[in-house]
This record gives sequence, structure tokens and C-alpha cells, in this order.
Amino acid sequence: MTETKQIVIPGDEIERTNEKVRNGAYKCGQDKYCSEYFGIVQRNEQFIDIVPFTGPYFPRKDDKIIGKILEIGPSMWTVDINSPYHSLLHMNDTPWRTSAGDIKRYLAIGDYIYGKIMSINELRESWVTLKDAGLRKLEGGHIISIPAPKVPRIIGKGGSMVNMIKDATGTRIVVGQNGLIWLDGIPKNIMIAIDAIKMVENEAHTVGLTDRMEAYLESKKGEIDGNSK
Amino acid sequence: MPKDALGVLSEIKKSFITKQIKEGRRGDGRKPDEYRELRIQTNYVPRANGSALVELGKTKILVGVKIDAGEPFPDTPNLGVFTTNVELLPMAFPTFESGPPNEMSIEVARVVDRGIRESKMVDFEKLVIEPGKKVWVVFVDINVLDYDGNLFDACSYGAVAALKTAVVPGSKYGGKDTQLPINNTPVSVTIVKLDDVMVCDPDLEEEQMSTTRVTITTTEDGHIRAMQKGDLGYFELDEIRKAIKMSSDTGSIIREKYLK
Repeated sequence: MTETKQIVIPGDEIERTNEKVRNGAYKCGQDKYCSEYFGIVQRNEQFIDIVPFTGPYFPRKDDKIIGKILEIGPSMWTVDINSPYHSLLHMNDTPWRTSAGDIKRYLAIGDYIYGKIMSINELRESWVTLKDAGLRKLEGGHIISIPAPKVPRIIGKGGSMVNMIKDATGTRIVVGQNGLIWLDGIPKNIMIAIDAIKMVENEAHTVGLTDRMEAYLESKKGEIDGNSK
Repeated sequence: MPKDALGVLSEIKKSFITKQIKEGRRGDGRKPDEYRELRIQTNYVPRANGSALVELGKTKILVGVKIDAGEPFPDTPNLGVFTTNVELLPMAFPTFESGPPNEMSIEVARVVDRGIRESKMVDFEKLVIEPGKKVWVVFVDINVLDYDGNLFDACSYGAVAALKTAVVPGSKYGGKDTQLPINNTPVSVTIVKLDDVMVCDPDLEEEQMSTTRVTITTTEDGHIRAMQKGDLGYFELDEIRKAIKMSSDTGSIIREKYLK
């Protein structure tokens, strides 16, 4: 068995010395903190976070997300951002010169976009924008979904994990903060990249995953077609 | 959350599946006649007369069997009574709603019912207590807990597995508890057509983009016991032959492996 990180259930007290408790915990006594979720304890020098195993995605400002167009209004698109609440995209927040009533030409129902959360209010209404570098309509490729709390693990420290998968499989990968992942390349390589991502998802709570992923990708090297770039 | 909530299938996923199909694989990497992982736990509800929890990929259903004494139908005084009901729970999928059964749940219930009834799986002649007056009534209630395509097969396996372990509660009426009399094991296999390629056990995305669908129920002697075609598209004669072969081949594997 591989070594796992510390797993806590709601109500478990979190051991700490001088670190600050940041996410996923509540105060349960004088200078005592307890976990809010069933998940793992993530520590660094300054902070302690509880990362739940699963849970819904709630948008935060400036999150880059992948969303799907569900509905078209005269000047707005309704976007499914893999969250309990839908989001909205106004035609003025796109890079195209649109006119009201004719926005279907640019984004149709079922299209995916890579956008950014522009604003969110206390009613959990949120707005998406496409006006920033790299934001666009996604075309071709494939979309998969993972639980949103596992996104940081997929990306890895400074993008190390996702870059490793990208380089090894020769695919283009865009990870949205909301747990949707877009992959582009030749289908065979995409399937290998999906397997790799699923492996990270299933073993997100273990230690030394990066090394095992490297070994896994090395073992799959023979199956990968190199002419996709 | 399901992959494609609200039943909107994206262009991206559709073209990926189409591309994969051209290379002889499916969207999730399966072969055309390959099944998703199937898990069946019988006697899942201890207080029911028979029960089963079925997981077919991410589709999850719970079947409960209730057996009680009741009146036979006037036209069949010497046969037990059998009814099937399918409930699509609102928690299973965003578009499912509570209320009276809709077209989909009625169709699933009827296909499951027909497969079991026409294969003569349960020996209804042995379920008579007093001819014309009192017979055993078998209720099969299927609850869909999670929907990711192919309810027909998941519900059918659940019903068959639950019936095979069901007990007739004779002790309630001064008799003895006995196993429900079972003759054979019908297995249904659903096949859909994606761009002229036939694939079995479609997941939600494949179901959404398929043009037509057929469910074929076979028994171990190789006989076709029930068949139901759905959706707007059509099958050529050769395709129907292929579908029958596929369903009896895949069906016998499933019967051996999971419904012993």
C-alpha cells in the first residue's frame, strides 16, 4: 500500500502548532479547530487546509472555468458551470461584435467555452466573461469531468502534473477550476491522458503521486502516437 | 453531477464519439459489444421478499420484490399475478421529476415486465393458493437512483436477480416459506445504432446521440423471448440479425457471470 495523507471526518480536531487554519475548518473551542469535511489535511509552513474528497463547485471571482451553453436569450447565454447555480454570459463580454437577437451565430446550445468568472454576488448569481487572454470557445477535442476539489491535484505544484501528462501524451489540456477538463489531440492519446487524469483523481490522497505518474506515463510510452503535435 | 445534465449533448462530445466510432472504439474506450462494469448485490434490503442493487457503470438501481396473497385476474384464475413498476427518482437525473409515471418509466417497466413474463421465468401456475380466489401476487418495484444510460438492461438484471432470490412468505398464512419457482434466466441486451455502428450497453451520451435502439431478451436455450424497438430511426434486416447475435452472445456471458 502506498502512504496516504491524513484523512479526517467532520468534527475531527486538527492538530497544529503555529500554522493558521484556512479552509474547511471551524472553531470548536479555545484555540481549537475541527474539520468541516470528509477529506484530507493539506499542510504547508503557514496554512492548514482541509480538502474535501468531493463536493460541488462554487464560483469565485477570477476563476477560469469551462462552461456549457444551455440556453440563449436575446442578449445573454445561460452557462452550465458544473455548479448548483447556472451562470450568465452577456454578449458585451465576448470578443465578438454581436448584436442583440443574433447571438446564436457565435455560441449555440451545447457549445463549450473557456471563460472567467467576472463577478459573483451574495445571491450566488455569477457572470462569465470571455474578454481576456486565452479565453475562447472550445472547438474539437473532448471534455471530461472530475470533482472540483481535486482540480489542484490534477494541476500539481506550478502546473507540474498537468504539464507532465501534456508532454507525455502529446495532447493539449485545459483544466477549468470547476472540474471540467478539455483535451485535444488524436483520440488514442486523449484516452491515455484521460486514464492518467482518472488515476490522479483516484489517488489524490496519496503521497508521492508525481513519481508514480511519471512511471505510469513511461510505461504507456509505446502506445502513444508521436505525430499529433 | 451527470456528464451532460439537462440532456444537452455538446457538439464536442458528439464529434469525439463519432471520431472514435470510426476507429472501431467507443467514446469511453470500450469495444462495440463490451459491457460497462456490472455489479449486482442481492438481498440488499433484508425486509423485502427479494431485492437487488445493480450498478451498471454509473447507472444505479434498487429493486424490491414484494409477494403477498391477493385475487387473480378473472381471465386467468389459475395463474399468479405479476406487476412491474419503475420509479425515476428526481435525485437520479436533473430532468427527472416526481409525480405520475412518464413515458420513459412506463416503457422501461413494460420492457422489463415483458422479458420476464414472456420467458416464463416465474412459474405462475405454482403460485395459486385457491384457484379463482386466492393467488400469490408478485410486485417488482424498481427505483432508479442514478441515471447514466441503459436503464432497460440495468432494471432487467435487477428484477431477474431479485426474483431469483425471492421467497414466497407462506408462513404469513399458516404455510411454509418457499423459494419463488424459477424456470430460466432471461437476459436483456440493449443495442443502439451510432452512425451505422451497433453498440450494446449505451451510456448516457451514446443514448442521446443514437438514432435508434432495440432491446432483445433471450433465455439460456437461445430463444428470443421479447423484443422492443425504440426511437425514430430504423434498422436494416441485416442489422437486426446482427443485433440478435450480439444480444445472445453478450447475454450468455452476463448470465454466466452475474446471474447464476
